[in-house]
Amino acid sequence: MAASDVTTAGPDDRRARARAFIERRHRIRLGEIVPWLLIAAVFFIFPDRTTFGTQVLIAIMFALSLDLILGYAGIVTLGHAAFFGIGAYTVAILSARLGWGEPISMLFAAAVLAGIGGLISGWFLLRYRGLTLLMLTLATAVLLQEFGNYRSDITGGYDGVPGMEIWKLLGVFENDLWGHNYYIYTAIVLFVVFIVVRHIIYSPFGQALVGIRENVRRMHAIGSPVHRRLVISYTIAAAIAGIAGALFAESTAYTTLGVFDFDNSAKVMVMLILGGTGRLYGAFAGATIYMILEDEFSKAFPEYWQFGIGLVLVLTVLFARRGLLGLFEDVAQYFRRSKS
Amino acid sequence: MPSFAAIISILFDGLAYAMVLFIISVGLSITMGLMGFVNLAHGAFAMAGGYLVVSLTRSLGIPFLPALVIAAVIVGAASIPFERILYSRLYKATELDQVLLTIGLAFMSIAVCTMIYGPAPLTIRLPSILTGQLDIGVRTVPTYRAFVIVVGVVLIAVLWYTFERTNIGAKIRAAVDNRRMAQSIGINVDRLFTLTFALGSGLAALGGGLAVQTFGLTPSFAVLYLVFFLLIVSVGGLGSLKGTLVASIVLGVFDVGGKYLTPEAGGFFIYALALAILLVKPAGLYGRE
Amino acid sequence: MKKSTMATWLGGAAAGLLLATAAQAENIKIGVMLPFSGVNADLGDVQIKAIDLYMKLHGKDVAPHTVELIKRDEGPPSGANAKTVATELITRDKVNLILGVIFSPSAIAMAPVMTQAKIPFVETNAGTAWITNLSPYIVRFSFSMWHDGYAMGQYAAKDLKCKTAAMGYTDFPPGKDSTDAFKMSFEKNGGKITDSIPMGSPAQVPDMAPFFQRVKDAKPDCFYVFIPSGNHASAVVKTYGELGLRQAGIKLVGPKDVIPDSKLQPMGDAAVGTIVMSSYSNDLDNKVNKEFVKAWHDAYGKDNYPDFMSAAAWDSMHAVFQTIKKLNGKFTGEQFVDALKNWSGEGPRGPVKIDPATRDIVQNEYALEVIKKPDGKLGTKVLGTIPQVKDECKALKVGRCGEAPK
Repeated sequence: MAASDVTTAGPDDRRARARAFIERRHRIRLGEIVPWLLIAAVFFIFPDRTTFGTQVLIAIMFALSLDLILGYAGIVTLGHAAFFGIGAYTVAILSARLGWGEPISMLFAAAVLAGIGGLISGWFLLRYRGLTLLMLTLATAVLLQEFGNYRSDITGGYDGVPGMEIWKLLGVFENDLWGHNYYIYTAIVLFVVFIVVRHIIYSPFGQALVGIRENVRRMHAIGSPVHRRLVISYTIAAAIAGIAGALFAESTAYTTLGVFDFDNSAKVMVMLILGGTGRLYGAFAGATIYMILEDEFSKAFPEYWQFGIGLVLVLTVLFARRGLLGLFEDVAQYFRRSKS
Repeated sequence: MPSFAAIISILFDGLAYAMVLFIISVGLSITMGLMGFVNLAHGAFAMAGGYLVVSLTRSLGIPFLPALVIAAVIVGAASIPFERILYSRLYKATELDQVLLTIGLAFMSIAVCTMIYGPAPLTIRLPSILTGQLDIGVRTVPTYRAFVIVVGVVLIAVLWYTFERTNIGAKIRAAVDNRRMAQSIGINVDRLFTLTFALGSGLAALGGGLAVQTFGLTPSFAVLYLVFFLLIVSVGGLGSLKGTLVASIVLGVFDVGGKYLTPEAGGFFIYALALAILLVKPAGLYGRE
Repeated sequence: MKKSTMATWLGGAAAGLLLATAAQAENIKIGVMLPFSGVNADLGDVQIKAIDLYMKLHGKDVAPHTVELIKRDEGPPSGANAKTVATELITRDKVNLILGVIFSPSAIAMAPVMTQAKIPFVETNAGTAWITNLSPYIVRFSFSMWHDGYAMGQYAAKDLKCKTAAMGYTDFPPGKDSTDAFKMSFEKNGGKITDSIPMGSPAQVPDMAPFFQRVKDAKPDCFYVFIPSGNHASAVVKTYGELGLRQAGIKLVGPKDVIPDSKLQPMGDAAVGTIVMSSYSNDLDNKVNKEFVKAWHDAYGKDNYPDFMSAAAWDSMHAVFQTIKKLNGKFTGEQFVDALKNWSGEGPRGPVKIDPATRDIVQNEYALEVIKKPDGKLGTKVLGTIPQVKDECKALKVGRCGEAPK
């Protein structure tokens, strides 16, 4: 039906309809306020858990950046920690070696440097797909880590960069012991980043990414600049991962080469898939649940928490293939259907 | 310029290293090539082999060699239910789901081994015949490494024969090349999958048992060396026996050579080499584009 | 006259009242941070066993007060979780002090929090020398990498008569620290370093053969190796034996991490003849150690051995308990650190004390040789003792160690 409409209608018409479609998709739904209410509520209900909460928010941002490329553009990477690491080290080197510790400007610096990293590596690597891409992204992260270890005079190697002097936020708020200020700061940054990502996803550019994920050949055939779009999305995702890394370094005032670990890349991927890819809020659900499970299991059975996490992953794949949010939708739909 | 004797050592140690890498990785390569399954739990099967060899030699007093074989058979057989119940459900799923499932399995295997064997590293007591050195003329070499090379060569010969000269091998090759076609001419691809999966897991266990002497054995073995195995599989090309062998030897010998000649370069060298190969040949040395 | 006695009396009463309140039973919460999961869970294991054993045997020693342990996973070696875990122990669990950490990055990451919260941090393992400079609330009971390394350099040159030495180390800061220490004192005593080989990362055990072959071909008198104790250590000893470096006349020397008691037996005969500089061994001949090892075997079986990490954890607990008793269960962070600073005692390692100036341990260093004991098990023989060694890195003000304590 739609196809015949498009062929008969004039170009202006078509454009208007496309705009209407995208605007309709773009409209903020009521339910979208829930995660933000929760983030705010946590601050008041668990004021003694904000240090942990800050780390959860950072993990959400990191997973969100991965969702942009993995969930929307279908780029499977095992080296996303590289950009997190670049962000963290931007902050570390600025504040410990170059004497500049202003937190907000450091976020921008981290975003730019990580973005450049994404642009360069993406330009080379995004010609490949599948296992090859997995290995190439992985090797890139390892190379960065090895280089960092080679120049341990600057990076401090695996002992990291201590003595980072992070200035007060806006010259007023310091990183207090309870981590209240940084929780608010991280939440605000996450919100801004989220708005940007949401905007991108519902823009024509975002739709093109989904097109690439669903059918690369067709996108090529209709003359879409596939490689360029992939590289742009990769660059944006890298910049956001860089901001997450920078926030991590600022909040802990410390970073080591461990940020480049394979574990870090794998963990963020697991978080995202757990929550559900390509659905924007999957990163929120996945990162939060993973972090809380890890935290709880590691308290209850410190030696064996891995079993629990492993089991949850296996069950998710077997019974909730589209992630926990997907499961949630299925259940909701089931009830709706049985009602009618 | 390294001396002649040094070059012999590099080649010898590199080859021994390559054989361990090959034996563990080959199963991964075949399952990935045949079933298109990203199996990140492959290291867990290798680890299971290592722990079984420890148990068999220590608790039951079975000599090292038979223990290796028994461990490989047990792990191969034990992997069948995994393939039937868990893996087979995900053959058509995305790479992502496969990654998630198998990382989950790997985590669980780590926890289970910690519960049974504790977190401390374990070692295998070798028979005295395999310790000490062997004089090969220009150089004395560790006997155990010579043994590993012999095992590797024998296995390569057996695998080559199985793949190139037997009916089952022909079926596997056909299925790697074109699964649908293989199915339509009456090959029971499901059973083939199960069989190769068991074979690959059994080989991984054998390799795991052999690797304990070099890498040691802790519950994290399941994931620690996984990156290395994946690298070999992708450099060699999915599903290619020859590719896995060449990649193991190239990466193994270059790694050992790099460490011997310029240890300062660290792990840099081997990853840069792999990166370079993959940039030029994205499907691996012997993979199909 | 009368007035003054009155005042004295009043003062005495007040003091008595104070004492009465102080004598109330306090519950002291100790946050214990060690790796319980992941690659290095075995390192957490040898320390938590010592801590649990101490609680079992001496948990009631501080009566009427009680000690409660709150155990938390330290997280990965990168120290990424350490700050969050420490902060939550302080803000949520309201611990009075924190004890633990295996990895230096964890200690480094936590240091600012300890200063901010004014909570004592009893450091039980992490060995990067300058950690104690990072916060006035850190007191270290384990060692600095320089304790073994510096002493070994001198011992190798003077007593083992090595003229040349190669060094091999796992490529992370403790490895560099340890080899720097060895190099400095080895050269000071007339030795010559011929080679310095980084041997892979702390995460995976590399194939050690090429490094050892390189050393074998260069034929130095000594080969000083630093690796994390654990899987790496077993690999070093095995490769040393496998490649026949001993037959080639190259002595394997190192810090205690090469032959931790807990992993010594499985190393087999290849380990015999290895010479290390160490603060501890199961075979040290002192009363406390004998009781300690016996209690350990009784609790964990005859095939489970404590090692230098266990000894350090034991001494940490011992010092903490004595200090709690001394302060009668009621203290501020500052008071506790002040008391710990002047602590000295007898532990499995022999006489140990804290250097009040650096808040770092002062302990004996023993040159140990691995031997085969009459019962067929492996053990160590003390070749020589260097009494009461301080952290030379801070004494000599090398690099970051020279920076003034914060």
